[in-house]
Amino acid sequence: MSTTAAPAQDTGKKENKRNALWQELLIPILAVITGLIVGAIVIVASGENPFVAYGALFAGSFGTPADLIQGIQIYFATGDSKELLSAIYPFTESLVTATPYIFAGLSVALGFRCGLFNIGAEGQFFIGALCSAFVGYSLKGLPMIVHLPLAILGGALGGAIWGAIPGYLKARFGAHEVVNTIMMNWIAFKLSDWLLNGPMKASGFRPVTPNVELSAELPRFFPDPLRFNLGFFLALLAAYLLYWFLFKTTLGFEIRSVGANPDAAKYAGMNIVRNFVLVMFLAGGLAGLAGTAQVLGVDHWVGQGFSAGYGFDAIALALLGRSHPAGVVLSALLFGFLRSGATDMQSMARIPIDIISIIQGMVIVFIAAPDIIRWLYRIRAVKKEETVLTRGWGK
Amino acid sequence: MKKTNLEISSATEKRQRISYGLVLLVVGLFIYLVFGLNTQAGSMATFGMNLSGSQALPIPDLVIPALPAIYAMVLISVFSGAYQLARGVRSTGWLVGIIAVTFVMSFLMWSAQDKSFNLTGMLSSSLVRATPIALAALCGVISERSAVINIGIEGIMLMAAQVAVITATVTNSLYVGLFGAIITGGLIAALHAYLVIRFKVDQTVSSVAINIFGAGTTAFISSRFMQSSGDALNNSGTFPIISIPLLAKIPVLGPVLFENNLIIYLAIILVFVMHIVLYYTPWGLRTRAVGEHPKAADTLGINVYLTRYVNVIIGGMIAGLGGAYFTVGSVGRFDEAMTAGKGFIGLAAMIFGNWNPIGAYTSSLIFGFADSLQVKLQILRIPIPSEFLLMAPYIVTMIILTGVVGRAIPPAADGQPYEK
Repeated sequence: MSTTAAPAQDTGKKENKRNALWQELLIPILAVITGLIVGAIVIVASGENPFVAYGALFAGSFGTPADLIQGIQIYFATGDSKELLSAIYPFTESLVTATPYIFAGLSVALGFRCGLFNIGAEGQFFIGALCSAFVGYSLKGLPMIVHLPLAILGGALGGAIWGAIPGYLKARFGAHEVVNTIMMNWIAFKLSDWLLNGPMKASGFRPVTPNVELSAELPRFFPDPLRFNLGFFLALLAAYLLYWFLFKTTLGFEIRSVGANPDAAKYAGMNIVRNFVLVMFLAGGLAGLAGTAQVLGVDHWVGQGFSAGYGFDAIALALLGRSHPAGVVLSALLFGFLRSGATDMQSMARIPIDIISIIQGMVIVFIAAPDIIRWLYRIRAVKKEETVLTRGWGK
Repeated sequence: MKKTNLEISSATEKRQRISYGLVLLVVGLFIYLVFGLNTQAGSMATFGMNLSGSQALPIPDLVIPALPAIYAMVLISVFSGAYQLARGVRSTGWLVGIIAVTFVMSFLMWSAQDKSFNLTGMLSSSLVRATPIALAALCGVISERSAVINIGIEGIMLMAAQVAVITATVTNSLYVGLFGAIITGGLIAALHAYLVIRFKVDQTVSSVAINIFGAGTTAFISSRFMQSSGDALNNSGTFPIISIPLLAKIPVLGPVLFENNLIIYLAIILVFVMHIVLYYTPWGLRTRAVGEHPKAADTLGINVYLTRYVNVIIGGMIAGLGGAYFTVGSVGRFDEAMTAGKGFIGLAAMIFGNWNPIGAYTSSLIFGFADSLQVKLQILRIPIPSEFLLMAPYIVTMIILTGVVGRAIPPAADGQPYEK
């Protein structure tokens, strides 16, 4: 009896596991699709054609195949790369947009892994951008091999310190990190207002920093209108390093244990206070790097409202990517395509860019409540361990 | 066993006594060095007691010699610090009060030296600025008393503010706008309740989604419809100020308390209503039971889910009222992101007020005071950049959260979904 039953149970378990993995992938995809459908309804309700709008979105984020083929033909016929470059421009621009999203999404994902909700990515992003810009423009005459790493390090450190403050307050005093990181965001905005109008202001009327030195810019791979730069590969490297750190090191295991069950982790002799501060320090550093990549790779200066929206987008990214570095990279690419295409959608189909925020809000709800998606698409639930995302006040 | 416990507690008590004493001494020194040394001898600080355009009977302004007043504050602070080190005061509330009062008073003396500073005006604007924070805090109190965390108050207020101004402008009636805002708040809170109760979505995540969704939809509607149509959708006017007969004539108190608009009065009334409902009615008892121990409440036949739905929705309606304050209650127009973190500051006020309505309102007044102080100081042109003054409410929020949260006790089941 038992000998026949055991293998059957085993295959059942295996199947269950495979189903769970399948759902792990299926639910985010369905959530995004459902979010886009809701977005389409909003577009219809505001009196525009959703097919035109999403068509413009697609062309704006990937480019059109016809242009690409034509560009390749001209390149091989005449050696003139101008057409080809303008055909790949939308695609590279999407990757450029995705770069800060990867960093910022990793920041929030790392927090989730330790049971911390980092809403402060936006402020950390801004402070990181300001710090790297400062190192970038104030040091002059350094060779690139010294200046660029210094500027990157400055940005990471600025964001890290900005993140570590609420981390410390949480660990030491139990002050809720959600409210404190939001307060740190507002303080960062006011501080940057002051810096951009005072000590860090470039000559001229506009409240912006001076341009960073050439030696602090992240190198670009193509001639000018294309802004695709080294930052994208640094972001991928950061994602790999975070994966290695979380899943292959003892410290990473500790962080995940604290996230899964702080009481058990404490009982096992893990230092909760140190882990909270460390995680918020690293998460702040990643968000700071997001700002750094944007300054050194794309804009080369910082102005007011520089970080607008990145913090909340990063939360959506981390949820969508299931707090896994690889998932974050994939969802950051998706957001990069959406955001970069939305600019075209705005100009061609007269749909305000904020529609993307509505879609994102819906996606977060669907990801956080997979039951809604299961109910909508009649998917049977698979039993698996639920990860705890957040906890109540000061626990 | 008991003895060691006592020893430990007396040791921490001693450490706390010494640290509070030292803080008081440092505050005294700081006041002397920063405000005392930078105040001209013989300069007078004038505090205006009359608000122009109010019905209150006029009284003479308060003129105080600035430097002696600052020195008095230094003495109070240093003396109480020394007393604390030597003997110790049992109530930490008193100590925090002394620190706050001496610091704020000497700060005012320093910034008002040789200038005129309207005290009544500032108190009045404190109450006004506290109102949206208080309504957010009351929303938090009522839903968290039934153990549902709602961090989406910011998003609810933003959406309600927009609905209020649009409906009020279109129908040309402020009351319709107010009603629209309250309904909007209730609906969004109902969605939050449905997600966290029916689908057991993580409460913080659901509220954050509401915030993102709120910021997105309001910005979308604003740029798609409101900006292109000029004033046709975005100019509602505001509720008029209602002076209460006789009471408004009292100097200082009159203009502060009895010359306000409808929403501000409603907020004050709500505080008392909610206090009575929570502590003196069966419904309040049930709500608190559900928040502390839902299983026990369920066993006694209380419908846990229904209680939570109703409380969260009422909370949302209160937040909707708070949202209406931003548009039809104060400026009559909608701007993107105009709530500026007030929903979150309200949550800090709720915690500082220990999850009870009167406490929450009192701590909202502190935030309102910090906010209006910052505005008045900008007018006085004191040598501190205005951006740093603008940070004040946020920094105060963090300090309060940090200092108080360890001692504030949330409802025991706060944030946990209930499964039968």
